[in-house]
Amino acid sequence: MDAFLDGFAVVSQPENLLYCLIGVLIGMLIGVLPGLGPAATMAILLPVVVTVDPVAAVIMLAGIYYGAQYGGTITSVLLRLPGEASSVVTVFDGYALAKQGKAGTALGVAAIGSFVGATFSIILLSLSAPLVAGWALDFGPAEYAALALLGVLLIATIGSGHPVKALIAASIGLLLATVGRDSFSNAQRFSFESMQLADGLDFVVVAMGLFGVGEILYNLEERHGKAHVPAAVNNIWPSRKELRTAAPAIGRGSVIGFFLGVLPGGGAVMSSLAAYATEKRISKTPERFGRGAIEGVAAPETANNAAATSSFIPLLTLGIPANASMAMLFAALLVLGVTPGPQLLEERPDLFWGVVNSMYIGNVLLLILSLPLVRIFVRILRVRPAILAPITALITILGVYTINNSTFDIFVMIAFGILGYLMKKVGFEPGPMVLAFVLGALLENNVRRALLIFDGDPTGFLTRPISGTILALFLVAALFPIVQAVRHRRRAPVPDETTQREDVLR
Amino acid sequence: MSDEHSRAGGGQGDILAELEAEVAHELEEQRPPAGGPAYQVVAGLVTLAVGVLGAVLAHGYGLGSLRRPGPGLWPFVISAVIIALSVVLLVVGRRLTDSEQFSRSSVLPLVGLATFVGLAFLLPVIGFEIPALLLCVVWLRFLGGESWRSTAAVSVGTVAAFYALFLYGLGIPLPHLF
Repeated sequence: MDAFLDGFAVVSQPENLLYCLIGVLIGMLIGVLPGLGPAATMAILLPVVVTVDPVAAVIMLAGIYYGAQYGGTITSVLLRLPGEASSVVTVFDGYALAKQGKAGTALGVAAIGSFVGATFSIILLSLSAPLVAGWALDFGPAEYAALALLGVLLIATIGSGHPVKALIAASIGLLLATVGRDSFSNAQRFSFESMQLADGLDFVVVAMGLFGVGEILYNLEERHGKAHVPAAVNNIWPSRKELRTAAPAIGRGSVIGFFLGVLPGGGAVMSSLAAYATEKRISKTPERFGRGAIEGVAAPETANNAAATSSFIPLLTLGIPANASMAMLFAALLVLGVTPGPQLLEERPDLFWGVVNSMYIGNVLLLILSLPLVRIFVRILRVRPAILAPITALITILGVYTINNSTFDIFVMIAFGILGYLMKKVGFEPGPMVLAFVLGALLENNVRRALLIFDGDPTGFLTRPISGTILALFLVAALFPIVQAVRHRRRAPVPDETTQREDVLR
Repeated sequence: MSDEHSRAGGGQGDILAELEAEVAHELEEQRPPAGGPAYQVVAGLVTLAVGVLGAVLAHGYGLGSLRRPGPGLWPFVISAVIIALSVVLLVVGRRLTDSEQFSRSSVLPLVGLATFVGLAFLLPVIGFEIPALLLCVVWLRFLGGESWRSTAAVSVGTVAAFYALFLYGLGIPLPHLF
């Protein structure tokens, strides 16, 4: 309890408050602007982060992530153009409301829902994180290996993109993580006698390439060229009746978001879909959905914020990032010399509670930004993306150079940028690759340590209760998509157009 | 989503599937046409090659035994997984529609890439100011279609801001000419 209160003392230091504000502002901004997502933004800013105090840095990066969830709503509602993937479903009813002249109401309800969902999630996070961390303190190498393996698999199979492609990307990420000196035998692997590769690939550089440069190049082709003229925003405060309609949806969205957010690979996108589907299913008037139902905005927007918050739990308590943005936070922590895991709460309570409690404050800031100040953000939509592109490009190149004052790093980043761009062109998501790369060393070291403990007997993984359970879950998660695909094919023998469309989404 | 499907099977699963299709359709409108089987096959062959290369090199590093894993064992196992998955992709993935055709506008990223490489080469030689300015001009005027006036204003402003931010604000020793 004391540590929890000390956390507020940490956040209320003016410097940390400032970084919290900067974080949520950047988050809102990139949420509003289509193009760069939160993971790419966090990747691009990693070099800047290294120069600041760890607590402030993590507070800022966290703010970018949950701030983006708020910002993504604005373009969904006003332009029918989701700023973030997690706001795609909001488009249906949000834009319908905007056409009826109720854009303000939609934004208002979304902001209130977002705030409620996030706050609900933070409270549960504050209560459950210490329990999970305490439980995980007993984990040995076998448990960690099993957990990391499950994480990589879940991220690949339930994230976006085709599961086989995602698994290939993840495996290549694991392979990339082995480049350089083997920590057990000191042998060099895949370094081709290059001095620069002897210590392995720097994941900040890899992430900046795959996410940052890859996305910048991809956007150049995508041509989000012209600025859009958003619908006018009036009366942001929803009426009492509208709030009463939205309240149950907000409640259910909070719960759905919290639980799906904890799952690796789950997170904001999936929970917004699930929350919308739930509302439509239990509604007495499902035909209103898609034509401006206020619940259709409230539920997904609440859920994506709740999920964004709860996805911090596996990272802060187990050291397993649940999605691409959390992988960037994981990378940032490692760069700052902090190893995320169950011991984090004990070793760095200031950091743990500082970050968790900064989310309470960050969400209050976001509520203020997205209710009274929303008109200012709407104006940002008029800035042409072409003007921002060279600025992000320069931040990326100059930023990566400053990490080690090395031009070699720039070339490595460019190489991974090309890879990221080509991956997107042929339908591979770079997310699983980065995540697996980040987890690669942890996974390999723990597998090998466990093998040493078990004296070379791999059945040891299965006979220990916790690692055995996790691996059983792994099997279920691995086999489920296959079973489902077979069942699906039996029901519909010809792969029709809808399934193909689903593939695009996944 | 997974338990969503298993729990309901009917009602909710259908709504969710419908919704996913609708969302995918929504996104599809903004996407260039799919690349077709050739793209999928080439992608599968490239990942297959990565797997084979990885396996051969890892084998050379020494596999050891499970009791004493050599440095090559882990990368060898991963490479084997890549090979297996690539074969699966080559078999089942030919008809996927998640790729995007290269088109005339694919030249734009190529130009952008060239400016990246140019900046990387010039940075240690003549400092960041001139290459950064050139990059801005290319991106704004030629890739972004801005007018010369706004190109000039934004380029100079951006480079000046970076100069102030890196050299004075953050105190980072970036190679500079002036």
